[in-house]
Amino acid sequence: MSGDKPMRNEIKKVEEKFLKKDITDFSPGDTVAVHLIVKEGDRERIQVFQGVVIKRKGGGIRETFTVRKVSFGIGVERTFPLHSPLIKKIEVIKRGKVRRANLSYIRKGNR
Amino acid sequence: MKAILGKKLGMTQVFEGDEVVPVTVLKAGPCVVVRKKEEEKDGYTAVQIGFGEVKERKLTKPQLGYFKKYGVDPKRYLCEIRVGREDLSSYNSGDEIRVNVFKKGELVRVSGVSKGKGFAGVMKRYGFGGGPASHGAGQWHRRPGSIGASSDPSRVFKGKKMPGRMGKDKVTVRNLKVVDVVEEDDLLLIKGAIPGKNGSIVLVKGEGS
Repeated sequence: MSGDKPMRNEIKKVEEKFLKKDITDFSPGDTVAVHLIVKEGDRERIQVFQGVVIKRKGGGIRETFTVRKVSFGIGVERTFPLHSPLIKKIEVIKRGKVRRANLSYIRKGNR
Repeated sequence: MKAILGKKLGMTQVFEGDEVVPVTVLKAGPCVVVRKKEEEKDGYTAVQIGFGEVKERKLTKPQLGYFKKYGVDPKRYLCEIRVGREDLSSYNSGDEIRVNVFKKGELVRVSGVSKGKGFAGVMKRYGFGGGPASHGAGQWHRRPGSIGASSDPSRVFKGKKMPGRMGKDKVTVRNLKVVDVVEEDDLLLIKGAIPGKNGSIVLVKGEGS
């Protein structure tokens, strides 16, 4: 239905404007530090969320990734839109070696 | 009058500030004013606009003659928009209407023909509750229940909600925000969903005009 090429292309053109060009290459299993812009009133500061990437989902402008960390013994997961302007920087701390794309199984080990 | 015909291209999302906004992308216009309907001649005032290209050989001779009479190129889709008598004089046959009649942040209403659902049951069509899924329900999962009393009135009332054809109706969604206007590509980005499937023709009208 939406396989109509010219139509898809014009939508892509709209999306293009919002795509980030300089995204750090990272994949599930990597430990990353996500530098987030946090707005408090009219003040802005940077907050870092560090953890393991457990999945990347979707494509194009809709792509998101999920980072999991264990904070005071409790697992915390956050999902970010990859192209969000609130993400200032994604820093890869450690490359992981995993054999699948979705690491939901690591939730079990931490309980 | 703030109105334009467009083609629904599909949905995507954009970032407005920091937030993700779901948008429908429309290829809107360029439309052309084909003719005016006048009080004296037609009994009411309106403007007929046309949209989309069409090959001349696809039209019948009477259709071609119609466009020739008003001196405009043949258009694939025609649509009439009611206009107040005092505003009618500001339009002429051949006037172009482009997306720039709309501005970013404006509210619009969009009319289109909804997706046809075929012959639908009462749960899908009217949101009836249906029956229990288990606990001994015997083939009573999606039924409508009772459709009326017994010997009095001995009939089913008119307008009783029953299964039937669903969808493919004219649907208007109001108060949708224009997220962006891309003039060079004739694109309109409208927040939220719009009736019809991708590729269908919709009418965008300014709210309160």
